[in-house]
Amino acid sequence: MEMKYPSIVDIPADEFQPLQKNTEEEREEIAAPSLNFLQDSWRRLKKNKAAVISMVLLAVIILISIVTIFVSPQDPSKQNVDYINLPPRVPGLNIDGLNGKTMVAGELVDKYAQADVPSNVNYLLGTDGLGRDVLSRLFMGTRISLLIAFIAALFDITIGVAYGLISGMLGGRVDNAMQRFLEILSGIPNLVVMILMLVVFEPGIFSIVAAMAITNWIPMARIVRAQTLKLKDQEYVLAGMTLGESKWKIAFKHIIPNISSVIIIQMMFSIPTAIFFEAFLSFIGLGLTPPAASLGTLLNDGYKTFLYLPYLLWIPAVTISLIMICFNLIADGLRDAFDPKMKE
Amino acid sequence: MGSYLKYFFKRVFFMVVTLWLIATITFFLMQLLPGTPYTNQERLSPETIAMLNKQVGLDKPVIVQYGIYLSNLVQGNFGISFQFKNQAVASLLAGRIGPSLQLGLQAIIFGTFIGIVLGTISAMKQNSWADTASTLVAILGRSIPNFVFAVLLQYIFAMKLRILPIAKWEGFAYTILPTLALAMSPLADSARFIRTEMVEVLHSDYVELARAKGLSRWEIAFRHGLRNSLIPLMTLLGPLAVALMTGSLVVENIFAIPGIGEQFVKSIMTNDYPTIMAVTILYSFMLVFVILVVDLLYGLVDPRIRLSEGSKS
Amino acid sequence: MEKILEVNNLTISFDTYAGKVRAIRGVDFDLNKGETLAIVGESGSGKSVTTRTIMRLLSSNANIDEGQILFKGQNIVDKSEKEMQKIRGREIAMIFQDPMTSLDPTMTIGKQVAESLRKHKKVSKKESLQEALDLLNLVGIPDAEKRLKNYPHQFSGGQRQRIVIAIALICNPEILIADEPTTALDVTIQAQILELLKEIQEKIETSIIFITHDLGVVANVADRVAVMYAGKIIEVGTAEEIFYNPQHPYTWGLLGSMPTLESEDDRLYAIPGSPPDLLDPPKGDAFYPRNEFALKIDAEMEPPFFELSNTHKAATWLLAPQAPAVNPPAEIQRRWDIFRKKQNQYSA
Repeated sequence: MEMKYPSIVDIPADEFQPLQKNTEEEREEIAAPSLNFLQDSWRRLKKNKAAVISMVLLAVIILISIVTIFVSPQDPSKQNVDYINLPPRVPGLNIDGLNGKTMVAGELVDKYAQADVPSNVNYLLGTDGLGRDVLSRLFMGTRISLLIAFIAALFDITIGVAYGLISGMLGGRVDNAMQRFLEILSGIPNLVVMILMLVVFEPGIFSIVAAMAITNWIPMARIVRAQTLKLKDQEYVLAGMTLGESKWKIAFKHIIPNISSVIIIQMMFSIPTAIFFEAFLSFIGLGLTPPAASLGTLLNDGYKTFLYLPYLLWIPAVTISLIMICFNLIADGLRDAFDPKMKE
Repeated sequence: MGSYLKYFFKRVFFMVVTLWLIATITFFLMQLLPGTPYTNQERLSPETIAMLNKQVGLDKPVIVQYGIYLSNLVQGNFGISFQFKNQAVASLLAGRIGPSLQLGLQAIIFGTFIGIVLGTISAMKQNSWADTASTLVAILGRSIPNFVFAVLLQYIFAMKLRILPIAKWEGFAYTILPTLALAMSPLADSARFIRTEMVEVLHSDYVELARAKGLSRWEIAFRHGLRNSLIPLMTLLGPLAVALMTGSLVVENIFAIPGIGEQFVKSIMTNDYPTIMAVTILYSFMLVFVILVVDLLYGLVDPRIRLSEGSKS
Repeated sequence: MEKILEVNNLTISFDTYAGKVRAIRGVDFDLNKGETLAIVGESGSGKSVTTRTIMRLLSSNANIDEGQILFKGQNIVDKSEKEMQKIRGREIAMIFQDPMTSLDPTMTIGKQVAESLRKHKKVSKKESLQEALDLLNLVGIPDAEKRLKNYPHQFSGGQRQRIVIAIALICNPEILIADEPTTALDVTIQAQILELLKEIQEKIETSIIFITHDLGVVANVADRVAVMYAGKIIEVGTAEEIFYNPQHPYTWGLLGSMPTLESEDDRLYAIPGSPPDLLDPPKGDAFYPRNEFALKIDAEMEPPFFELSNTHKAATWLLAPQAPAVNPPAEIQRRWDIFRKKQNQYSA
């Protein structure tokens, strides 16, 4: 408070005239600007560096997966017995391990030279036990794993949300029955359902998808139901109902937008679970089988030759871990962004 | 106490119903399976197959088979393994429960304990380097598939450093790596869960009141924070059990541990249907049992549920 | 009157993602021994922040930019966390607004009451529980001995608030801060709790700082009242002076929007608009945008305190000698009349 005047009595009298422009509207103005929920959350999400990096990385991976349907370094299924077990050779790089040379019994050997590989043929990540290009198989494997992941997400959004919403909105006996059914269904470990599916239907994408169709959406259904029940009692829903809106209109107009954050988060968490399951099953030989490539089968192949060609395991291992880490970080970031009360 | 007993019986009844349903579904699924349990069935003549069927009881109508199946189940008779022609499934599995159980218990105890510690540190020192570090551990534990982790452990400790055995189950040292591999999942999940719960608890009104009493942050964390966070943690035990069962399949395989998981995989490879069914039912039973125990314990441990008939005035 | 707490020029800001919020902008007040001081204001006025600062219970993004809080000759602002832990619960205690969430649901109330005694004084568990029992009796929990082992959910809202009061009093604190203790309770229970607080003050001679947004509640309990707006105290005086001789238009607004049996108007006066955004506080009198009696100078310069008596002062340009006479709302005029009558009675 700067005193322009030496003391109060010096302030001229006309300063004490009533303030003209204080109209009712101006007095009613709410002082602070308000942000819409999505903008607010997006701003918070952007600040989370880990989540942002993950999103970028994931976007890149997905992009590559799609692009390589059309353009692939090599044919992932093409076997070439002459070129088996070649280490990576990146043209231009002369670091041991990436230049076609590798340690064999303590000595550095140029395996490309050994196999008479022409100098314009480079396998950026080497070849596997059947002479197939690891990099191309990696792209194919990632693609299939991501495909499975998105199918899982699809089931989540459709079956999971629908089930939870219906159960929550209808309430009463229907809700009870639906919940009991859910409890029984989840009483069978996911794994067991998957195994049963795999045993009944031959191992392959169909059985994995079938198993996910039966089990993967259950957590989503539970969460959606819980949120629906919570929101159903909120006053604005009651207000909608007294105004005569039908239950389903309310569900779509009011409830779904408000639980959309929860749905997105749950979906983000369920995707890595699905990827893991496929990888896991393929790893123990129950999922996909060669020549199909998924991250799981790549891991399985790599494991078989782990002792002397460890990179065949590390490459898919790092890839799958990276993808799962990205999804998890994004999901964590989304959760923090949507519910700021959780952070300090 | 009356309402608690009712709750108890309701849950037990429910468990029995669930198990019955699972057994039934499993039975009928198995009926759908192609092929017969006999090796080299292509070389057998139809008459021989019919005769063998009669022997094994596969010629009876489905309903009757079902009845026999159920009554056998209740007596603990799971039939004869297709893979090991002379051995009853029950005895085959009985010998393997020990290692699996030990591995599972070690993993869950170790995993949840460390997870609770990490989660608590995270919550108390939010956004500090300790929080970041333990969150990182939790994320890695959740993201890196446990079989990758298992192989990694083998590589580092058994192959390179050579301080622990690479496989098999012949003494306590042999259990260390498999336990670590299997514990990652419970560890990551409980760390994340405890962190979330604790942060919420630490922001609650009663914690603010505790601070106003002059209690230190750690006193508050232990006396008020932990108890209120651990109770909901119990609800995690069911899914954790599932994760352990799943994980055991692969961990037992990698470390050549003679447990149920390892057998299960072999049975699937050899289409040993009785054993597959038996393990399915066994796992389901264990899961349902764990869920039951959790439900009952929860009612006992949370005073709001235990004493809901308490005097109110 | 002995001063037990002195707050001088307290200035507090919060670091938020939107910027620095200046929540408290230079607050001065004193608390005398044995008295009840009410701090009244809207949500966001800063009343809770002020008292939380006395206990140093602020969140980590808060900064005490300037000022001191003198308690027993020492400045609370300078104390370490460890030193504060010795003061909290023992010399200065606090009761909170919502009794339904103020107690740990998984701990018996006996233990919760005894907890601060055990922390601050070396007593055995048995002694502390005995002391807790005495306090539960003091605050009026029936059948206290049996109920020591009960859990919070087994008590009603009013009872839980009594338990919270017991917790605050167990170490005989010199200052009790009551942060909207009756806001979450039914009206009849409110009256009981206020009665209880008055009784306790008489028995134990604690000084109380009572925070509320409800003037009706204040009338019953306060000796002196300080009115806060947008992070500053804008008027302070004895209860009688504030209720019957209010000078700041904001205080008029508060009194005018309070339904009483005596007022003749059948419409309640509501102050239009809402409090200012303290990210960028206005230059002059923070209340001016909502003030129908605002003067030009209100938008330019903050008014200083003008004293009406040695207990009553208000920060409004309306009290400056150059200010024009204003006609306050009818309700306020009615009160002024009552005040003048009382004054005449005293001097007669």
